[in-house]
Amino acid sequence: MSIKLADGRVIPRRERTTSERVRSAVWHLSLLAVLAVVLYPAVWVIAASLKGTTDIITDTSLIPDPVTWDNFRSAFGGLTGIPLWRFFWNSTVIASLSVIGIVMSCSITAYALGRLEFPGRKAMFAVVISTLLLPGQVMLIPQYLIFSELNMVNTITPLVIGKFLALDAFFVFLYIQFLRGIPRELDQAAKIDGAGHFRIFFSIMLPLMRPAIVTSAIFTFIWSWNDFMGPLIYLHEIDKFPLPRLLQSYNNSEGISNYGGMMAMTLLSLVPVVLFFLVFQKFLIKGIATSGVKG
Amino acid sequence: MSASPPTTAPPAKGAGGATGAPPTRTSRGAAKRRASALRGGERLAGYTFMAPWLIGTAVLTIGPMLWSLYLSFTDYHLIRGGDFVGLANYTAIFDDPMFARAVKVTLLYVVLAVPIKLVASLAVAMLLAQNRRGMGFYRAAFYMPSLIAMSVGIAIVWKALFSQNGPQDKFMSMFGWDGGGFIGNPSVSIVMLVLLSVWTFGAPMVIFLAGLMQVPQELYEAADVDGASKWEKFKNITIPMLSPVIFFNVLMETVHAFQLFGPAYIIGGDSGAPAWSTLFYTVRIYTLAFTDFRMGYASAWAWVLVLAVGIVTLIMFRAAGQLVYYAGEDNK
Repeated sequence: MSIKLADGRVIPRRERTTSERVRSAVWHLSLLAVLAVVLYPAVWVIAASLKGTTDIITDTSLIPDPVTWDNFRSAFGGLTGIPLWRFFWNSTVIASLSVIGIVMSCSITAYALGRLEFPGRKAMFAVVISTLLLPGQVMLIPQYLIFSELNMVNTITPLVIGKFLALDAFFVFLYIQFLRGIPRELDQAAKIDGAGHFRIFFSIMLPLMRPAIVTSAIFTFIWSWNDFMGPLIYLHEIDKFPLPRLLQSYNNSEGISNYGGMMAMTLLSLVPVVLFFLVFQKFLIKGIATSGVKG
Repeated sequence: MSASPPTTAPPAKGAGGATGAPPTRTSRGAAKRRASALRGGERLAGYTFMAPWLIGTAVLTIGPMLWSLYLSFTDYHLIRGGDFVGLANYTAIFDDPMFARAVKVTLLYVVLAVPIKLVASLAVAMLLAQNRRGMGFYRAAFYMPSLIAMSVGIAIVWKALFSQNGPQDKFMSMFGWDGGGFIGNPSVSIVMLVLLSVWTFGAPMVIFLAGLMQVPQELYEAADVDGASKWEKFKNITIPMLSPVIFFNVLMETVHAFQLFGPAYIIGGDSGAPAWSTLFYTVRIYTLAFTDFRMGYASAWAWVLVLAVGIVTLIMFRAAGQLVYYAGEDNK
């Protein structure tokens, strides 16, 4: 390809020298080597789900031979008569509620901490930051006692209520970091035009925060989809299980004899996360880079 | 990375005057009233917006923390109840053989997983940080495992990969390994979890990569003029310029490593099989509290973890004060 200038002259593209070609090939080869190691477990589980139960461990080939779809048939059958879609539905409900909660509560919290001036703001900000580093295990037992007292064990309330109360410091922090990039003149102009803080937040800030909201929504969905400890502590009835709890139970019961079914189920449980990632990967990577680096 | 909120501009004092009215005495008084009303409005809006967080923090964070501190001084049992026992739980912990096991496993994991993962992620980030075609693809592909690695599904896959006669066993047997699958071998089973953590190197890598892209190229060009070697450039430019990001990654990875639960529980179960070799600290807290119902004692365990993580964090912040270089803050 050559570059054509406005006056019609053409600058021919500089030929790549041999050493540049070699360097580029070495670069790609080393990264492909890393890629092979990174992707091995993923490829392995796909192959495993298509193999017969007895072949999965001992046959290390990544190409199943013969290919069998029985594993998926038994995976869709679910556990103790409850079909797999039911567990997908349970996971989807928890993840969707978590997303709604995080977006609503963390955005207003971040707006207050990042943009408004009121007594106690600095102390509250410090608390948010320190909860980023606080091991959650220390609150686990009293939280369980509280929810148990409120008869909320075996409901999804304990799993999602914290999301509606902006207790995920990571996202509050991510939003604050994002707000710093929005010029203050915007709020000041709106203030001069007589807009109140609620107006400013809903009609100016929220639309501008869209990239951060998308990032946090995707992360929340994936993290709550994977969350295991919460459902392990609070959900004990099988028809309420989200996928991680199903997999754990299956692993302890059926999975011992029906290894293939378990691999198929495992693969199916990972599919939504991977699809989400493929669709939204740009947002995710940008989000993690800004929340970690800037500031 | 400073942890302070952005310095806010002073509240718009001229807001009243901005209506354009000449500053007569009455209007100046009105302006003052209006400004203070605005500030009052801002205060009200601030607390309103903070209300969910304030309630949540009081009821689900600070309240439970104080409660668990209290519980840690009792022998509270979920079914039998309990009484105040003073420091008995804390003295019991240090005589508990399970404590020594859990601490050993957890520390071993932190000390192995965090450095290996971060060195790998920095190495790959430096390799990636060139504007070549395909960079975005590799970055995304390397990042993907971090999203699924801590799931139950991958823990089950890991169990299979490291089982007797499984891929790892067969591969290593080619080089004379006769220790079988890692999952049945207490002297190496922790390696499974370390490798699981290293598999997620993509998350810190993305952060390193963003940091590397911000290092001014002039620094390297100037070093080239001075005839610096690759190693000297790495040691004297890359590392100092990247030190805030390195600090952030070391801190977050360490704090998280102390709290590993899901994969450890799936792989090792309540007892940290085989032979307590995957008995992570948080697994033990879970078992004590929710299987044995010894919630008072488990709370003491949790508080020891908080103190340990707190001390480690504090040491890191201290060390960072000496070691981390913030560009543009030289005159501080």
